[in-house]
Amino acid sequence: MSRERDHNGRLVGVHDALIIGAGHAGLAASRLLAEQGVDHVVLERGEIANAWRTERWDSLRLLTPNWQTRLPGQAYEGDDPDGFMTVAELVELLENYARSNRAQLFTGTTVRSLSLDGDHYEVRTQRGRWRARSVILATGACNKPSIPAVAAELPGSIRQCSTLDYRSPAQMAAGGVLVVGASATGLQLADELLEAGHDVTLSVGEHVRMPRRYRGKDIFHWLERTGIHAERFDEVEDLTRGRRLPSPQLVGRGDLPMLDLNYLQDRGARLVGRLMTIREGRALCSGSLRNVCALADLKLDRLLDRIDDTADAEGAKPGERYAPTRLPGNTALGIDFAAEGITNVIWATGFKPDYHWLDVPVLDRKGQLVHEGGVVASPGLYTLGLPLMRRRSSSFIFGIEDDARDITRHLAGFLGHQHRRRSHGVHRNDARGPGMQQCA
Amino acid sequence: MNEAIQTIDNGVNVEALLGAREALGQAPEAALFKWRATSEWVNGTHTRSEVKEFFGLGEGQSHKQAFAFDTDHPEIFASEDKGVTPGELLLVGLAGCLTAGIASVATHRGIKLNSVRATVEAGMDIQGVLGMDADVRNGFSGIVVDYTIDADATEAEIAALVAQSQKRSLVFDALTNPTDVHVRVNA
Repeated sequence: MSRERDHNGRLVGVHDALIIGAGHAGLAASRLLAEQGVDHVVLERGEIANAWRTERWDSLRLLTPNWQTRLPGQAYEGDDPDGFMTVAELVELLENYARSNRAQLFTGTTVRSLSLDGDHYEVRTQRGRWRARSVILATGACNKPSIPAVAAELPGSIRQCSTLDYRSPAQMAAGGVLVVGASATGLQLADELLEAGHDVTLSVGEHVRMPRRYRGKDIFHWLERTGIHAERFDEVEDLTRGRRLPSPQLVGRGDLPMLDLNYLQDRGARLVGRLMTIREGRALCSGSLRNVCALADLKLDRLLDRIDDTADAEGAKPGERYAPTRLPGNTALGIDFAAEGITNVIWATGFKPDYHWLDVPVLDRKGQLVHEGGVVASPGLYTLGLPLMRRRSSSFIFGIEDDARDITRHLAGFLGHQHRRRSHGVHRNDARGPGMQQCA
Repeated sequence: MNEAIQTIDNGVNVEALLGAREALGQAPEAALFKWRATSEWVNGTHTRSEVKEFFGLGEGQSHKQAFAFDTDHPEIFASEDKGVTPGELLLVGLAGCLTAGIASVATHRGIKLNSVRATVEAGMDIQGVLGMDADVRNGFSGIVVDYTIDADATEAEIAALVAQSQKRSLVFDALTNPTDVHVRVNA
């Protein structure tokens, strides 16, 4: 690295690369950049693994088994390979991992803006500026809850929160809870709220049904062995859809064969269709519940068919098939909060990234980052940790390794290319846009 | 010996549909359509409606001809039965929409359809519209669509066609989800 002074005489750190975010993605990228000898710095708004510390509920365990919770240069070495890590254990793992990285890491450093200035990106934070030839956005996909606008129409007496604010059933008001969303999160929260004695209504849109174990192995064993997790973004038929898929209905527990809608109904949960609107204090729910369940059942069978080919070849024990999702004869199309005693609503409706600080024109009209497998549409700018970014495994902790290897290699190539051009006195690449022509 | 490569088309131009998706991605405003029906009361519960013009791809469009629809009620409602009930017309719309979807999805997936038959049945408690019981809704109490499909595909593939067609159906969405309906009166 080097240092420059800005026009106010303040020191500015200048690096070849800069990583925003010290979660698993940022730390993995830092490890790999260091291995390639790329000078870089990591900036983190809070502490290491900040979202895991501050934006997750108490009982959460990772969806992936311990044997699979690995990072570049670090495999699981504990004595419970088939267990599932708690958040506290993961935070500790990431802290230790960061400690063994020797890169400069600044915690408590919130990025206020990222812009392109000549052939450098300029990063402004509340504690000073950095300049870097390349930047990796490792801020993740779950910065803000994605809550439908109708949330504003809920009666004022309802206590509502997103899954980023939810910690435990103790937060709930006495009475029933409506959980909106049937991903892993929605189902896990519904389960623990039932356990805590609340009446639970679950609003179900499209979802992904999946058993914890199949033919004697964890489902993630099969997703790996079949090559499903390794499917690349440029091989997937409908990438937009693939990137919007809700997380599979799983929970990090060895004692529950399948956390699904049948299990929750057995425990007393009531199902309604996707919440469409709120009118005069009543929620109106879609009549498509049967179809979203039929779609999930069909897809589960297709997944298991695919796994069977691999499992047969491995000589795994015979498989079982699961009963279709059961639905009540009459699906409720509305929720009368007062009459039904529902006093809480939890929005388990997914997340969206927050790029309000990104002053480089790389967002599409819907505010999504435009990138080709993590290579963002501005030279030297990269991202990591987004769903199906390069592979189906991209959003899992173990999935970061292959993605980070690809991205850091591309980045190192970009820097080398830049250096070569500079040392040969060649003009800057025209493809970088008119702004780049002005650099000395 | 030459064997012609048979492509499955079921009479659906999937290339055109995919092309439209591509083109509209570049110009999303062209994707905004307006469908239109005009109607005129005839007598009693008999109304004649006509469908011809619509708007889409940024300009006015027209069907090749005007299509007319008579709606009325059967004689047990003391009407003259000059046409189907408006509610039955909704069932016609649902069957037409889902079946068109099945044909499109099947073609896209390379599945040859031999026959696709549907029966659409909707329940209704007429105490609602007669204002006899405020707890009974006016609308259908439920709709059941029964498909009988003969196609060169497995049972699961056929089930997937039917499920996917619901996912991409305007009429299915319009019947299952609330829509803002604004009825105005012009002086």
